[in-house]
Parts: sequence; structure tokens; C-alpha cells
Amino acid sequence: MTMDPKSMSCEEFQSQLAELVGSGVDVENHPHIKECDICRQLFEELQTIVDAAKQLFPEQQPEDNLWERIESAIKKEDGSIKTE
Amino acid sequence: MAQHHTIFTATDTPSQRKRMPRTRFQKQTSEAAAPEVTPPEKEGRGELQSSPREVAPPPVITPEADILARAQAGDHHAFAHLYSLHKRRIYSLCLRMVGNVAEAEDLTQEAFLQLHRKIATFRGDSAFSTWLHRLSINVVLMHLRKKGLPLMSLDEAIEPSYDDGPGRSFGAPDLSLTGSIDRLALERAVAALPAGYRLIFVLHDVEGFEHNEIAAMLDCSVGNSKSQLHKARLKLRDALRLSMRKGGRR
Repeated sequence: MTMDPKSMSCEEFQSQLAELVGSGVDVENHPHIKECDICRQLFEELQTIVDAAKQLFPEQQPEDNLWERIESAIKKEDGSIKTE
Repeated sequence: MAQHHTIFTATDTPSQRKRMPRTRFQKQTSEAAAPEVTPPEKEGRGELQSSPREVAPPPVITPEADILARAQAGDHHAFAHLYSLHKRRIYSLCLRMVGNVAEAEDLTQEAFLQLHRKIATFRGDSAFSTWLHRLSINVVLMHLRKKGLPLMSLDEAIEPSYDDGPGRSFGAPDLSLTGSIDRLALERAVAALPAGYRLIFVLHDVEGFEHNEIAAMLDCSVGNSKSQLHKARLKLRDALRLSMRKGGRR
């Protein structure tokens, strides 16, 4: 059953937010958004978070000795395979 | 640097392909190639045309397929090369998913050990980077499961008072998050999310996976993935508002 956007309650609109936010869908003209400041603000704030998420956590370098740890673990594994 | 000698496929997932313009992504592809090559000069920049560096011979690029084939055949140096090309991406992925440096390093180690065990089974059905990315995600998920962390529906158990009903907790307009967000504050808020929420948020909104992909990874329904993501976003919004209020009081 498709909800009528015009008669949509806040609860009904917000149940669709998980899909609407970040989808790129233009909701500016959504009838509920036009009428409801609370839902408009909620949508805009969540959209801001999702937009910001794309720039989060720039790549970082692991510690230099990590390869040594991996190499040593590989040798250990290879050694145990050969001795089996 | 619009062009670079990336020798690995530039996409991790179909979803990330859609997100190519993001800064982080551009960074990672150029970083991946960094050990091997010199970045090319920018095109169309008149002032660079007479640069002596432009007439230098092009750098030697070892094709990915060659490194991969050698690593698959047991060449230790080739495997080390693969590590150097992918370590940042895999470590950063682990760090995003668990939010803890020591754990992220352990998981990166485990991911490359798994890679070493399984590399011969890679058949090229997908890009190698995609395959390694998935393998690493599975390593993290397995680790979280071993720790006994339920990967879904953590919210009610951890914070029973949480209420995400409509129209809740709207602050004064001057606390609106619209417009800009302090990236560090958001990263802190993400790190402070319960594990299940962080996982969904990172996988969907940061890594770019679709709900059906997440549902398959986490063995849950698409609806559950959507609802958890929504709750995660609401939690982040609350955390950011709180952080802004605290900042405003200083």
C-alpha cells in the first residue's frame, strides 16, 4: 500500500527517512516536508550527517612494524605446514 | 591529481564506484600507487610544459596482474608488494569498523594472513581490491562475532531509554546541524556508537555498501539494515547536538 504523501503523518514520513536520506532524491517538494518544519529539520540534519560521512576517516598508515609482524606470522604458519 | 598511475582497479564495490568523486577515495588510489610510481604532471597547465620533469622517461609500472600472479605463485616479495599497496586501505577499513587502533592493527594482520592463505584461490571474478576488501570485512565481522558482540539490534539492550519516535528532542534552531559539521566531532560520535550501529553506518554511509549487500554480510533482513542505519544516524545527530551544546557553554 502506497502512502499518500499529502496525508502522511510525521511517523509515516520518518519511517521512510532511512531510504530518503542520502538517496539523492529531491524531497524539497515533498508535501509533508512543505507542511512540517520538524520533519524538514530532521531530514536536513540527517542529510548533513550523511554528506559529512563521505569525508570521514581519511586513510591512515598502520605502524611501520606491522609488516614485520605479518611476515613473522606467515613464516610461522609456513613452518608449521612444512613440519606437519 | 586527476590522473595517476594506479595499477589497481580503482573501485572497491559497485557502490563505491558511484562515489568516485569523494576526496578520500581519490586519496586512496593515489596512495596505493605511491610506492611504485611518480605522479604525472597535471595536464593543461602551461607553466609546467617546459618543466624538465616532463621530459623524463615515464616510470616503470609493474602491472597488477603480474604482481598478483607472482604472489599467487608464492613469491614473497610480490606479496610484500601487495601489502605495501593495500595496507593503508585495509588498515583504515578495520579502524573505521572497530574504532580502536590496536584492534585495527591486529585485524589488518589477520586480513593479510588470510590473504596469504587464500590468495591462490583468487580467480579474478571481481577486481582484486574488491575481493581483498570483502575478505577484510569478513575478518572484522568474524572478530566482532567472536567477541560476542551482536552485530544488529544492540540499541535497546545498551540504551533502553533511547526513543526514536517522531518529533523527538528537537533543539533550539541555533543548534541546527544543517550546513556544516565538525568532522572530528562526527568521527568521535561514530567511534562512540554501539558496535552494531557503527558497523551499519560505516558500511553504508562511509564505505558505500547497499542495504542488500549489508544484509547479506550481516545475515539480517534489508529492513533491519535500514532501520538500524536510521537509528545510527539519529544517535549521531543527538551526539552532535550534545557536543554543540557543550561547545556553546564553553
